Amino acid sequence: MIAALQGVTADYGKRALGPFDLALNSGETVALVGPSGCGKSTALRLLAGLEAPSGGGVVRKVDRGETALVFQSPTLAPWLSALDNVALPLRLSGQPAALAREAAATALDRVGLSGALHKSPAQLSGGMAMRASLARALVTNPRLLLLDEPFAALDEITRRQLADDMLGIAAELKPAVLFVTHNVEEAVYMASRVVVMTPGPGRVAGELAIEGPLPRPAGFRTTAAFRKSAEQVSEMLATGMAAA
Amino acid sequence: MKRHLPPTLLIAALLIGWEAACRLLHVAPYILPPPSAVAVSLATDAPILLAAAWNTLSMALWALLLASLAGCGLALASALSPALDRAVRPLAVAAQVTPVVAVAPLFVIWAGLDHPERAIVALAAIVAFFPIFSGATAGLKSADPGLERVFDLYGASRWERLTRLRLPASTPFLLEGHRVAAGLAVIGAVVAEFVAGSGAAQGLAWRILEAGNRLQTDRMFAALAVLAALGLLLHGAVHAAERRLLAWWAGTGPAR
Repeated sequence: MIAALQGVTADYGKRALGPFDLALNSGETVALVGPSGCGKSTALRLLAGLEAPSGGGVVRKVDRGETALVFQSPTLAPWLSALDNVALPLRLSGQPAALAREAAATALDRVGLSGALHKSPAQLSGGMAMRASLARALVTNPRLLLLDEPFAALDEITRRQLADDMLGIAAELKPAVLFVTHNVEEAVYMASRVVVMTPGPGRVAGELAIEGPLPRPAGFRTTAAFRKSAEQVSEMLATGMAAA
Repeated sequence: MKRHLPPTLLIAALLIGWEAACRLLHVAPYILPPPSAVAVSLATDAPILLAAAWNTLSMALWALLLASLAGCGLALASALSPALDRAVRPLAVAAQVTPVVAVAPLFVIWAGLDHPERAIVALAAIVAFFPIFSGATAGLKSADPGLERVFDLYGASRWERLTRLRLPASTPFLLEGHRVAAGLAVIGAVVAEFVAGSGAAQGLAWRILEAGNRLQTDRMFAALAVLAALGLLLHGAVHAAERRLLAWWAGTGPAR
């Protein structure tokens, strides 16, 4: 286990999350699914150590610099080139510019952006900007990678491409990945384990292990196992909604 | 070229209509001089008018510089200290909503009769201060919350957050503030010179007053035309600078 939430609660005026439990093992990819406003993003911020819970405990066996975040929007600095955007985490950690840029170029290459190092964010398409954002998260070689609906703003084709690339990268670098999404099929496709949340304040509505190899083979979305898992997750969501 | 045709045609039509009306209706030249008389005045009074325009422009530019230093400096200090921000805000708003004309006599007294240009620069700076201050304040708070999170995550210091995130993020707001302030500085300089009511500053506003007192209406129009040209020139220059700097900032222009 590399990071865990143990009976955590979060309150912003009123209860927004929990009590909620979640444990992440190193190298595994877990998807967190739930309706809008259930506290998915809050759970992710708690795991990142960016916020303290109002109750319960957060276990983090990683350092600050070993955690990385990707958001729904690329959140790139418009005044920096793709290369300097990706180098930013290393620069903030005190690395010299030349080394940081070298690592940034490698990270951009990994996400297929080696041709866009010196482009500005304004010159990147939505998918490319998201890839740069992913490269910024990977540049520190994180052991804990937290993704907050990273593909939500992309079109279907780009989203599928990025999902496969993401799985390939995860298989290679083996960080623990928490993938937050409200899309059931995406959750099943991306993760070896799906945790379903109830509507806010979110609790665990259910959990499902997903069979099949990661990264996914071609045509995985059309297999009976995939369809069955997706149906089960949908049912858990529906049950959670009905109970609330 | 095609873009400039409609405004040129409209201006030409207005001037011809004006000239024709003056001649056909026998309007007294001290009420409304024909454009031809204004053109003659523009030509003969050019040395005086251009010198006055330069005086007005230099007072406005000094005011812009002072307003920029004060506005950016205060915004930066407020960004670093929330308590200062709360303390300064009501005063800044009060300074903005108080008409410059009303405080002008006070400044004229303080500057002394020998140095009305100091009062004019100070008054124009007050007018130009607010857009710069509020632009800088808004800009320093405008960074993408996601990017702020990234800075949180990698343990950025306050200094790094300021220099690598908030200052660069505020650039478009600063440019916009300065563009608005440049126009206001000219207006402020003209209004302040009117109120100062003294010829010692030798600006365009004084030339308009002076010509008005002598019923030299053609010269008033000539001075107004120079003032309008000055405003257009400054606006164009600042706008061009803003566009270039923004393109450089966003890395999309030829400057990079």
